[in-house]
Amino acid sequence: MGGPEVEIIPYGARAILLNWPQKIDENTLFQVLNAKKLLSDYYIKQKVYINSAYNSILINYISTINNIYDEILTISELILANNPSESNTFNSLEIPVCYEEKFGIDLQRISDRNNLSVKEIIQLHSSAYYRVYFIGFLPGFLYLGGLDKKLSCPRLETPRQSIPAGSVAIGGDQTGIYPKSSPGGWNIIGRSPVPLFDIKNNPPTVARAGDLIRFVPIDHHQFLDIDARIKAGEYKLQIKPGND
Amino acid sequence: MIEVLKPGILTSIQDKGRFDGLEFGIPVSGAMDQTSMQQANMILGNKAGDAVLEMALLGPKLRFTSPTLISVAGADMSPTVNGEVIEMLHPYPVISGDVLEFKSAAAGCRSYLAVKGGLTSEVILGSRSQYDGITEASCLSKGAIIPYQSLDYLSFPSGSRLKMDRENFTREVLEVFPGPEFNGLSDDQKDKLFRTSFTISHYNNRMAYQLNEELENILSPIITAPVMPGTVQLTPSGKLIILMRDAQTTGGYPRILQLDERAIDRLSQKYEGQFIRFKLY
Repeated sequence: MGGPEVEIIPYGARAILLNWPQKIDENTLFQVLNAKKLLSDYYIKQKVYINSAYNSILINYISTINNIYDEILTISELILANNPSESNTFNSLEIPVCYEEKFGIDLQRISDRNNLSVKEIIQLHSSAYYRVYFIGFLPGFLYLGGLDKKLSCPRLETPRQSIPAGSVAIGGDQTGIYPKSSPGGWNIIGRSPVPLFDIKNNPPTVARAGDLIRFVPIDHHQFLDIDARIKAGEYKLQIKPGND
Repeated sequence: MIEVLKPGILTSIQDKGRFDGLEFGIPVSGAMDQTSMQQANMILGNKAGDAVLEMALLGPKLRFTSPTLISVAGADMSPTVNGEVIEMLHPYPVISGDVLEFKSAAAGCRSYLAVKGGLTSEVILGSRSQYDGITEASCLSKGAIIPYQSLDYLSFPSGSRLKMDRENFTREVLEVFPGPEFNGLSDDQKDKLFRTSFTISHYNNRMAYQLNEELENILSPIITAPVMPGTVQLTPSGKLIILMRDAQTTGGYPRILQLDERAIDRLSQKYEGQFIRFKLY
């Protein structure tokens, strides 16, 4: 019995790439996050910075590497010698979303395309748990896995110039929340009053890779109430520690 | 302090870059031309990665409010202090009230101003580099104030001086390594990639440089994966995009090449319409 194969290769003169099989699934994610933890804990941290995505880790060296193959050997030893015995601890959190059509401007489009009522779309979207695979694209943009296939909907042919911060959207097989106002081509189905990224917070994002997220429907009145509490500094997101 | 009288086209505070924010999706940022930034710093005895001002195409007009030493490296923007020309790559003393002015860049397009001890603006996640949504401002605007430690007395380093490679900005060749998806290219594509003289398109900024000439793309998209400054992506329509210091942290286009660090610096000094050629290390 063996785990998935990992390929460790140079990426330019001062970076090393770790590739797991080209798949998006939770088992691959846990392999990636375990290896990332090992690297952060035991690999010389002051000389590297590490970034991960669905099935890969990029180790970037702040200064030049003396011998890239020596480093690859060290990393291979570290990854192969350690069993993921103590697993990472991930949080689980509930993010309030107002799906009213005032915010969910593309609900009708998805409803027409996918033969679902608006009510069914909201029900499907808010009943699933979504796994955070990594954060990329924009500061605080969560790559989420777990969208029900029935909700899959192609991106708009022409992206909108500006989508408000907090917009919850579906693009192809993915769902996500725009952390700040930006151009975008995803179908907007609602809006969350909770800021997903604030550099003044530590950490600046509400979730990290590995965490689980559920969207909780709220009405416009609750949206305004939470928004006011956030502005007054009196709102705290419900975050539950959960072992995976 | 430095008071910004005129901001120039795009002037920002930059340093070696921000490495602690990748897991939150925060770009590395930092000086586009790290070599020039390091030179400006080292002339003053600063640490190579201290915070400097990066100026693009047309420089700013600045007033100093306390004494310090300054130096300028990178593209020549004909700097003057109170109207008097100052030499690049030399320490130069300024006192309260002195006005430093830059014009447009002669060769290259990015110039770097270092101040003794480095600029001391806010540090966020290990860096002072300005970036939208991370630092209070994303670049300098008129009236902005930039802090530094003023000097009680001025002392000049008087040892050897570094010899600078003046041809660095004008060379067309960019040294590259094969990227993770390079091997998926056909021999024909590889041949074309290394034989074409590419021109830099209108779309060039701190985030990425796009090239005008296209390369037929037979590679399928990849599962979104990490990228870094210097990564050359090939889009489905065949466009080549070279990611620069403010690039996003992940991407889904095949990564066909990776620029050498010095090649990123050299490209940073190029602008629309100029030629580049890729050469494998």
